[in-house]
Amino acid sequence: MKILVCISNVPDTTSKINFTEGDTQFDTNGVQFVINPNDEFGLTRAMWFKEKQGATVHVVNVGGAQTEPTIRKALAIGADAAIRVNAEPKDGFFVAQQLAEVVKNGDYDLIIAGRESIDYNGGMVPGILATLLDMNFVNTCIGLEIDGDTATAIREIDGGKETISTSLPLVIGGQKGLVEESDLRIPNMRGIMMARKKALNVVEPVDAEQPTQDQKFEKPAAKGPVKLVDAGNVGELVELLHNEAKVI
Amino acid sequence: MSVLVYTESLKGKFKKNAFEVASYAHKVAQDLGTTVTAVSFNAEDDASLGTYGVSKVLKVSDDSLKTFNAKAYADVLAQAAKAEDTKIIILSSSADSKFLAPILAAKLTAGYVPNVVAAPESTSPFVVKRTAFSNKGFAMTEISSDTKIIGVSSNAFGLVENSVSAAVEDFGPSLGDDAFSVKSVEVDRVVGKATIADADIVVSGGRGLKGPENWGMVEELADVLGAATACSKPVSDMGWRPHSEHVGQTGKPVASNLYIAIGISGAIQHLAGINASKVKVVINNDPEAPFFKAADYGIVGDAFEVVPELIEKLKEFKAQNA
Repeated sequence: MKILVCISNVPDTTSKINFTEGDTQFDTNGVQFVINPNDEFGLTRAMWFKEKQGATVHVVNVGGAQTEPTIRKALAIGADAAIRVNAEPKDGFFVAQQLAEVVKNGDYDLIIAGRESIDYNGGMVPGILATLLDMNFVNTCIGLEIDGDTATAIREIDGGKETISTSLPLVIGGQKGLVEESDLRIPNMRGIMMARKKALNVVEPVDAEQPTQDQKFEKPAAKGPVKLVDAGNVGELVELLHNEAKVI
Repeated sequence: MSVLVYTESLKGKFKKNAFEVASYAHKVAQDLGTTVTAVSFNAEDDASLGTYGVSKVLKVSDDSLKTFNAKAYADVLAQAAKAEDTKIIILSSSADSKFLAPILAAKLTAGYVPNVVAAPESTSPFVVKRTAFSNKGFAMTEISSDTKIIGVSSNAFGLVENSVSAAVEDFGPSLGDDAFSVKSVEVDRVVGKATIADADIVVSGGRGLKGPENWGMVEELADVLGAATACSKPVSDMGWRPHSEHVGQTGKPVASNLYIAIGISGAIQHLAGINASKVKVVINNDPEAPFFKAADYGIVGDAFEVVPELIEKLKEFKAQNA
């Protein structure tokens, strides 16, 4: 089985978000970049398929040269080789078209992407990719087993979960649950040394559509001070929620 | 040229988000001088969509579509869009809509923008406001493609009544076997309990509750309020509560009217996930907890004393206001 894990290079979850150039760009100043958490769960599941079922795992990222430390981290975790499509990820549709080209050239059976990146939150790359390639697709995937060409996936739905049966080739929109938080791997020294020698192929982008464009960003409005209620007077909170906030 | 909406239903009953997307679509249709057409799947009360401004319903009655199937539903919506010559399709931000929308976007080469929180800023160019950076910011996003798909955030635009009479027409899509290549085997849905996705009130517990054995009072508080229960990331990582309850940047987003955080300090990742909630209450014994800076109301105190007291007061309140 040949697996492609699509990774996005995103600000660490603890990052404070600021905008620059007249609020038209995300301010990367002082921001630590990491593998998108939803993708990292998928990458770790791919490692399981590699170790238990002999799968080959490649990672791909659509981004400029600045994303290479994040790609190297994925190699240090255990991916066999990497591809970087040398283009700024303009929007989800654009990225999906670039990935589709990589998949066509690489003959992959299983493509694992995160259900969304935690920066631009488009949540569309895996679904568009699957549809462009006429592959099966399961989103918000929290469990995946492969047996030959048959796949059994668990999908998180609002208020529960759904068991799904489908077949390869398959695209997954993954998230926490594919593996547990405690299963995530921190690269060790040997992994980091080996990652330096693994192939990281840079390919040029294909012409692609970009149907959406972020024009401007803004931060949430500053909040007023909290209204404190004395712990000995809990009834006042009930009254405030009813009469002032009008939420109960 | 009507605006098309995907109206979600469960066991024949429309979900609240069906009426929210209809309300939103009515506003867009007004701006564009057109009308709203809904697509419903095995729903019982199609005419009820008229209350929220839907003037035509394409009613799909098909046993093979009783359970949601993203690929097949996307096929149906693509066919409906063609039949209606639609350029704008509106759906919700539910798990089902977010599964289906990218498939539809690829089929129609449409720009898709999810998590939209307000009516379009303008319709020419077409610009919508959406959340970005996991609720740490907003983006004004232009959709320049001919066909546009908008995913409306839950509890953002809200319900707006615009009563019209909805003409219900049967719609028979043509679906090949290929549409069902991803099959639902079993759906395991909690019944009779509010879910984080659609609850008006969410009650959430953190590490301050010290252990899973102390969740009884969180559940009781949720019961009294008709609320969904949730938890912080450390709580789900330690296995005190299921992952499906984890709210925050890497968990589920919350956009309820009221969010009550008990024993949650308020890490930036957690606050991002619950930012879209309208009113936030924090109960924590540490007055320095960052959550107090993000909350509307707060009680500095021991949760094990405050919460049972709050449950009592709410019961009294409910008895008086019954």
